[in-house]
Amino acid sequence: MAEKRGWDEFDAGAILFSFNEKVDNIATTLAEDRPYSPSNSFTASVGDWRVEKPIFNKDFCIDCQFCWIYCPDVSIIARDKKMVGIDFDHCKGCGICVEVCPTNPKSLLMFDENKDDDACLASWPEKDEKEK
Amino acid sequence: MADKMDLLDVEVWDGNMAASQAMRQAQIDVVAAYPITPSTPVVENYAGFLANNYIDGEFVLVESEHAAMSACIGASAAGGRVATATSSQGFALMVETLYQASGMRVPIILNVINRALAAPLNVNGDHSDMYLGRDSGWIQFNAYNAQDAYDLNLIAFKVAEDHRVRLPAMIHQDGFMTSHTAEGVLTMPDEEAYAFVGDFKPMNGMLDFEKPATYGVQTEEDWHFEHKARQHNDLMTKVFPVIEEVFDAFEAKTGRRFDLITNHKLEDADAVIVAMGTTVDTAMMVADQLRAEGKKVGVLGLRVIRPFPFEKIVEALSNVKAVCCMDRSSPHGTVGMLYNEFCGAMYNSANKPVITNYIYGLGGRDMTVEYLKGIFADGLANAEAGKPTTPLQQYIGVRGPKLSFL
Repeated sequence: MAEKRGWDEFDAGAILFSFNEKVDNIATTLAEDRPYSPSNSFTASVGDWRVEKPIFNKDFCIDCQFCWIYCPDVSIIARDKKMVGIDFDHCKGCGICVEVCPTNPKSLLMFDENKDDDACLASWPEKDEKEK
Repeated sequence: MADKMDLLDVEVWDGNMAASQAMRQAQIDVVAAYPITPSTPVVENYAGFLANNYIDGEFVLVESEHAAMSACIGASAAGGRVATATSSQGFALMVETLYQASGMRVPIILNVINRALAAPLNVNGDHSDMYLGRDSGWIQFNAYNAQDAYDLNLIAFKVAEDHRVRLPAMIHQDGFMTSHTAEGVLTMPDEEAYAFVGDFKPMNGMLDFEKPATYGVQTEEDWHFEHKARQHNDLMTKVFPVIEEVFDAFEAKTGRRFDLITNHKLEDADAVIVAMGTTVDTAMMVADQLRAEGKKVGVLGLRVIRPFPFEKIVEALSNVKAVCCMDRSSPHGTVGMLYNEFCGAMYNSANKPVITNYIYGLGGRDMTVEYLKGIFADGLANAEAGKPTTPLQQYIGVRGPKLSFL
């Protein structure tokens, strides 16, 4: 939390800046390398908003990037067009990534927030055979 | 590239056209508007200029006044010169976003063509909408005629966009009485008017990719008070010096002088009328007639309503014996705003004039020379008696039994 400043120590208009300094080529800079300011939500964890969490099973992922495109909170971590994992500091457990995942079985599934990750993976469903 | 419009030195314009021409000359980046009587021609004229290639900027037609001001806020935060116009019910619908604009410190220019508020529905001029906006954190300029509307638009851009100020500003003019009355208006050539206003200088642009900014944050009990305090501090201490600087520059350019208050023969006046809008011009004419009869009367016009020129008023009324505050808005359960403000200004001053309140002109009812003579007569009687000789609040020009309170 930023220190509590007096009325004369703000930028007029309650304006907050995303970065501590001027930035260049921000689109090609990875999130962890950006000079985010303390008032930017990147530095705030909202993971405790979740009651269910998405678990990623890389065995079935085809790197289609649907989850990355559809995530409303930029919480799918992708590198070089490969799905890497989930940013659990910002994921709010909405389940959209699971909904849009096209693989069979899905490569992302929702589980109880408190369930052990290995146990989640161990309980992954089998391929769902198409009905003839 | 927009075409230049050749103007005569004196054009016959109504207040709406005067405002639209000043907006055109300022070369605004975005106008988002939802037309409403009597401000419709401001937007209509502007659209005509756009269609005829006199404007380079964007013109956005939206679905409501709430949307109009919202689009203006977005465009202004993004980093452009922005303006719009409205009246009455449209202004009322804009109110929520007016507070957003001033709180975010975006320098939008809003022409308010003053009109009564329903119910009952009425399209004519009074100051109800102006009063509704007086706590919204905007700078409020007051035009008495079409010339003022033109001049104050150019002045308002320069004041609001100044980085020491960065606050939105309204220019008020009386619906129909100013907005639809054609008068001779002294003009500036396009290039001179634009040079006076100057290029828009972005500040904290939301879409500055090197330094992106978040607008419209949420602050609760541990932050909100500080932001509002900052906004009030800037209104109280930073706006008047810039306004006076711009008034001086405008006089140097055009010879036309504006001041925070219009001081018409106040120095030796016994009785003074305080008014806004077209009533100021009429009251000054009546004061001159009464002066010719040897009566010591004067007029104080409020040129800048917010911030309220408290100290200028105390100084200007330091020898006055009676003040008649004329409010053109229903006070709905108390005294009028001008009465309250002027009592507040004078209460701790060395001079304590008798102050009375007049409610007049609601829904476009005329304020006549005879009514004004009667109000001056009341004021002179109060000055002579050293105390009120009438009830504190009187209704002027309403049919039925005489209506007064307090």
